[in-house]
Amino acid sequence: MTATALIAEDEPLLAQALKAELAQLWPELQIVATVGDGRKAVSEALRLLPDVLFFDIRMPGLDGLGAADEVADAWPVDQAPMPQLVFVTAYDEYAMRAFDAQAIDYVLKPVQPDRLRKTVQRLQQALASRAPAAEAAPDAAVLDQTLAQWRQLLAAAGGGAVVGAAPLTPTPAPLKLIAASDAVGTTVRMVPIDEVLYFEAADKYIRVLTADKEYLIRTPLKQLLTQLDAQVFWQVHRAIVVRATAIDAVHRDEAGKLHLDLRGRPGNESIPVSRLYAHLFRAM
Amino acid sequence: MKINWRDVARHYLMVVAFCCVIAVLTTLIWPRRSYLVQFGYAMSVGTITWLVIEFGRYLVDERNCHRDSTGGHGWPKGWRGLVLTAAGIAAGFMLGDRLGDTLWGDGISPSPRDNGISLVITIAAGALASFFFHARGKAASLIAERNAAERDASEAKLKLLETQLEPHMLFNTLANLRVLIATDPTRAIAMLDRLNSYLRVTLSGSRVASHPLAAEFDRLGDYLELMSVRMGDRLRYTLELPAELRDVPVPPLLLQPLVENAIRHGLEPKVEGGEIVVRARRDGDVLTIEVRDTGVGLVDAPPSNGSGFGVAQVRERLTAAHGARGGLQLAPDAHSGTRAVVTFPVPA
Repeated sequence: MTATALIAEDEPLLAQALKAELAQLWPELQIVATVGDGRKAVSEALRLLPDVLFFDIRMPGLDGLGAADEVADAWPVDQAPMPQLVFVTAYDEYAMRAFDAQAIDYVLKPVQPDRLRKTVQRLQQALASRAPAAEAAPDAAVLDQTLAQWRQLLAAAGGGAVVGAAPLTPTPAPLKLIAASDAVGTTVRMVPIDEVLYFEAADKYIRVLTADKEYLIRTPLKQLLTQLDAQVFWQVHRAIVVRATAIDAVHRDEAGKLHLDLRGRPGNESIPVSRLYAHLFRAM
Repeated sequence: MKINWRDVARHYLMVVAFCCVIAVLTTLIWPRRSYLVQFGYAMSVGTITWLVIEFGRYLVDERNCHRDSTGGHGWPKGWRGLVLTAAGIAAGFMLGDRLGDTLWGDGISPSPRDNGISLVITIAAGALASFFFHARGKAASLIAERNAAERDASEAKLKLLETQLEPHMLFNTLANLRVLIATDPTRAIAMLDRLNSYLRVTLSGSRVASHPLAAEFDRLGDYLELMSVRMGDRLRYTLELPAELRDVPVPPLLLQPLVENAIRHGLEPKVEGGEIVVRARRDGDVLTIEVRDTGVGLVDAPPSNGSGFGVAQVRERLTAAHGARGGLQLAPDAHSGTRAVVTFPVPA
């Protein structure tokens, strides 16, 4: 069976090495593209629709996590099955600890041939079982399974929380108050967590939105996630965390994308849900 | 309030030992009473004095007390300690003597002169013992303070080392080296030599006060060469050091954090990469070293730029070496990128 793969790695020698190792372990695998930054990784993945993606985590432009997120969202599931995702990284404080046990979707640099062999075996199995399954049930089950795997992988690599996944680090007590600056930036407001409807990451800030106000904090989203009660706040997008009980309605647009209306927020403000988190909103 | 009963028992044992000595003294003064009776009196006075002082200090607000060796409630500070001692001695003299009479008394009422002597002995003994405990407590709290300071210092050192030996950089370099060993052994050896001298200086950097600017530039060269193996043609660099400035002494790896920042925050996030220029020049008696990059610049950085650990560390070291005349300015460069300028005085 020939399979295709894309390698996204910004260090040329390492990309070349991974390619060479793969050629040894999996001669039938065809590397359709090797790219050096996250933006190109997304555009090439969507253009070539390979079976396997090897993504470096630290890349210029857009990091591996962001690139994976964008690929997941824009992947044309009716044209090709969702690809298998493998992260490649030199050192990652989150994943190394949390993920070492079953981390075959996670390859450490320098690439250890034994480890890579296991990864290759798993990929081959996954691709083989996908082929007949895809005939029988074209989308639902296989897609769900792949999406769940991507979610786990992104959560492990990014240190974020996934509903139902065991926390990676002992969680501190959930925040009760958020010390945020107002729009002008001259005053620090103590915002009770009960008033917050959603958080949205924007560049270097996180916007904290209540029913009628907006504040800014500087904590990275993945750090904030560890301090929120995962039952109360749901991540629905790489950059957005919403209060679950504030969700009023979920709409599906013509392109099949989900959007949320929140109680207490203006009706024209619609919050995107990425494909990776769409399973939260399936009708019961 | 938490009482450390082990300490209490230890203190009381010392009081008992002290009373033995006092009883020897009083037996010499009043030979008509036996040593045991004298010891009984001394213990009565000593125990009451000790009880008042040992537990009385808990009545003093903790904020006005020294820490004991484990950070607990220690000896009251300043006049409070003196008042407590005086109170203990007064109680010991008034109650302790009476207690002694009740327990061991032989019905002989003491002469006023005896009373005077025993007052003097009680005050002297009480003051001496209190001073002894006070001095011991103070020594313990000094030791605790010194331990805490040592801990802070080693934490800071560890943090510095961690920033210099960033694991991501180290493992990526090793990964590249592994590739080169198979494909280009000559380049692999060159890279290993660079890594070797980079590690040597990083690990021993904090132990020498200064090295020549030429050595500093060589180390920057090692680091940049390692990085350019990794980044390929995304990194170009130039190091410019005029011959007459080669021997100017600088703190080791002073410039390292600036070059690391230029790569990490400037060029690494930029898809097409860019160029780093490090240039030293002399203006009269001021040496100026400039680190310029054509990276993404300060625009994308959080507004709090310049307070990062690396930059703060460079500033601190400049101030330590040259006081107010050493400085570091960070500014956006003309078109894109960042320009860091270090200045300090050099003898003409």
